[in-house]
Amino acid sequence: MTLPDAEELLLKLADGIKPIVTPYTALVGIHSGGVWLMERLLPMLGDLEHGTLDVSFYRDDFGSRGLHAETRPSQIPFEVNDRHILLIDDVFYTGRTIRAAMNELFDYGRPASISLAVLVNRGGRELPIAPQVCAADIPLPDDQNLQLERDENGRFSLKLERVDV
Amino acid sequence: MKIHIQNGRIIDPNNGVDQRMDLFIAAGRIAGLGSKPDGFTANQTIDASGLVVCPGLVDLSARLREPGSEYRATLKSELRAAAAGGVTSLACPPDTDPVLDEPGLVEMLKHRAKQLDLAHVYPLGALTRQLKGEQLTEMAELTEAGCAGFSQADTAIIDTRVLWRAMQYAATFGYTVWLRPEEPYLAKDGVAHDGEVAARLGLKGIPVAAETLAIGSILRIARDTGARIHLSRLSTAEGVEMVREAKKKGVMVSCDVSINHLHLTEHDIGFFDSNCHLRPPLRSQRDKEALCQGLVDGTIDAICSDHAPVDEDAKLVPFAEAEPGATGLELLLPLTLKWATENRVPLMDAMRRITHAPARILGISAGEISLHAAADICVFDPERYWQITSAILLSQGKNTPFSGAELAGKVRYTLLNGHLVHTS
Amino acid sequence: MFNPQLDRDGKLKHLLSIEGLPKAILNQILDTADSFAGVGEREVKKVPLLRGKTVCNIFFENSTRTRTTFEIAAKRLSADVINLNVGTSSQSKGETILDTVENLTAMHADMFVVRHAESGAAHLIARHVQPHVHVINAGDGRHAHPTQGLLDVYTIRRYKPDMHNLKVALVGDVLHSRVARSEIHALTTLGVPEVRVIAPKTLLPGFVERLGVQVYHDMRQGLKDVDVVMMLRLQNERMSGALLPSAQEYFKCFGLTPEKLALAKPDAIVMHPGPMNRGVEIDSAVADGHQSVILPQVTYGIAVRMAVMSILAGNS
Repeated sequence: MTLPDAEELLLKLADGIKPIVTPYTALVGIHSGGVWLMERLLPMLGDLEHGTLDVSFYRDDFGSRGLHAETRPSQIPFEVNDRHILLIDDVFYTGRTIRAAMNELFDYGRPASISLAVLVNRGGRELPIAPQVCAADIPLPDDQNLQLERDENGRFSLKLERVDV
Repeated sequence: MKIHIQNGRIIDPNNGVDQRMDLFIAAGRIAGLGSKPDGFTANQTIDASGLVVCPGLVDLSARLREPGSEYRATLKSELRAAAAGGVTSLACPPDTDPVLDEPGLVEMLKHRAKQLDLAHVYPLGALTRQLKGEQLTEMAELTEAGCAGFSQADTAIIDTRVLWRAMQYAATFGYTVWLRPEEPYLAKDGVAHDGEVAARLGLKGIPVAAETLAIGSILRIARDTGARIHLSRLSTAEGVEMVREAKKKGVMVSCDVSINHLHLTEHDIGFFDSNCHLRPPLRSQRDKEALCQGLVDGTIDAICSDHAPVDEDAKLVPFAEAEPGATGLELLLPLTLKWATENRVPLMDAMRRITHAPARILGISAGEISLHAAADICVFDPERYWQITSAILLSQGKNTPFSGAELAGKVRYTLLNGHLVHTS
Repeated sequence: MFNPQLDRDGKLKHLLSIEGLPKAILNQILDTADSFAGVGEREVKKVPLLRGKTVCNIFFENSTRTRTTFEIAAKRLSADVINLNVGTSSQSKGETILDTVENLTAMHADMFVVRHAESGAAHLIARHVQPHVHVINAGDGRHAHPTQGLLDVYTIRRYKPDMHNLKVALVGDVLHSRVARSEIHALTTLGVPEVRVIAPKTLLPGFVERLGVQVYHDMRQGLKDVDVVMMLRLQNERMSGALLPSAQEYFKCFGLTPEKLALAKPDAIVMHPGPMNRGVEIDSAVADGHQSVILPQVTYGIAVRMAVMSILAGNS
């Protein structure tokens, strides 16, 4: 199948986000794809306060897969209590990453609200969680994995690869 | 009981024999070598084709744990182990409980051993009462009771005057004084060789100087008192060199090395293997090589097993807290063969170190296959490999650094005074 | 070559000593610690990684400091913690180490943190635990204190990121110090080019150069141009064991004063595993001075221990 151009999707995502943010919204990108997207979105949205989350310590598959080889420190340099937060991620799949991200955010404080913006929803939801903003719906079977890539010039593209199920 | 051992390869270092010959035994003695004596009809024939027939091994140090530590091992279990190892004569150190410093205790031990009739036991009497290093023991009485020499086991005499007088007294009668050379203050609380491994593992080390200082004192006092000395368990290259020099000067000194120190070094401690917690400690590669060389050139007279059965619990503790020692009666032969093979030592010479040479040091007529001599014989298969496991060892001590190893050299028959004490 | 710390796939199963740890695993622990460093500043100072797991502190040798840091680290990972000060309980009644451990296994502990006065105790325990149980050595005799070594190099890495260009000096009783041994192994494994030990001969193990260090007996010489000064604690017993004449003479020759510290690089950092003997190995002016990173060491200790526990727990 032909995948859409990720750079075009980025612009569409920004358009979808603009109506739902205010100057007081905080953006939180989820490592790594969500952080890349957030870095490109910030200038387009007016440089809001922002942070990053590495959800490795909150994943629900620690018991079977162990600690991820590369963990990075989460950085939330703003007060979470009573804040409206927009989470940003690249591909929405089962929803478990977002559940982990929300659990982690709640350990920082009690937000006023959390919204979710993703570049692509590839279907396969396993939890009652859904993005408020989504630039593309691309339903995929379980044996395929969709990834956001960034080349050395910072240009985004989408890649599909087979996985063993 | 008339026994005919047929077609074995007789190796007798004492008489320089290495030949395929038949052996005839009657009335507990060697009745014929090679040709059948007149009128000899065997009650039992042993087919020794492919096997080596040698004098029963003579082991200069085997702790039997009786009297006193019967929970660890008994005379019966350990003498059975001796028989299984082809050892027909052994010397045991006096550090029993009570210490072997009374003729009555020595007589009882000898009596018990004789009743069991599995091996000849030659107790070493304590050199000082209770091994305390203060007062002399009744060496003449103890010798009459059966002691083959006098020893301090692992407890050095601190008061030099006492050491001097003890050796002087022993020299009066020509008794041999057996001492393990270790300066007690330098060795205090030490558990490993003071070298790279101890530095890495954080274990308190016993420096080479602890052995050499003691050898120096002992040799000097021996020279001045005229005492005959046997140094037990050399462990250092420098120590070997000191004995070499002393022998050149004609000092009456003999020495032995433990079979463990011919194979292992400090590196075998690995990740704190308490089976390698030994006294003296396992030292460096250089020391090991010097010990091997010392045996080859005769500086070191004999190899012993240094048999010390220790119960499992005493080894299942951190290294420094573990009781030192390794089981060895059943391993002396295969480990000696392995040493000979690895160091290209002729079998005859290697066998000498565990038969004739230790017999001479003990002053007993054993370790030889001569006409009319007592028929203490070991028949073994030099090609048969067997695995060292707790189940196979007869000794109650299963503690050995060689656990799980496959060694060549299985004793098939052991005869004591012409009757079978072990069959395999 | 069999490595008792690693499982068949080469992943960390026990943390017993820094010696024998592959560099990659050392780095993994340090990198993971970065992620835990911020947890203590949040409102909820916990992450759920070890929820439902039980961590057992078995201290055969007393230490409130170390035990407390392990306890905090375990609790920040949401683990349940059991503390056993065996020095006061069943051990003194004659129960062996292995018996104690076996009894605790019946309580379904997932992780044992062990401190013992004898070298090799942690290795012994690791040989005898159930397959899914992890052992962390919190100090065994003079042999190793791997989490301390790790937190020390982590601290150095925070202040001096270029490890390949450092001169580090360890000062004091290396002979009796498990901390020193672990630090030396960590520094050499990470490629620190120059590791110096500064001590009187009586406080250095024989063959210490084989550990990859340069030996100095003159502190002024040894401190020249170093980037990191690690002070070791001097215990009172050393005076009574004929190893040293007095604390005063020791301080004169081997104590860290501002004047001696000035010989090191101007931006050199001063470290100490604690607890400090002020006026014996270190002058208060230095301990409380701006070059001292002794307090941050303690905080990093929690992050590093959290990293070790989570990596181990994830490798079941």
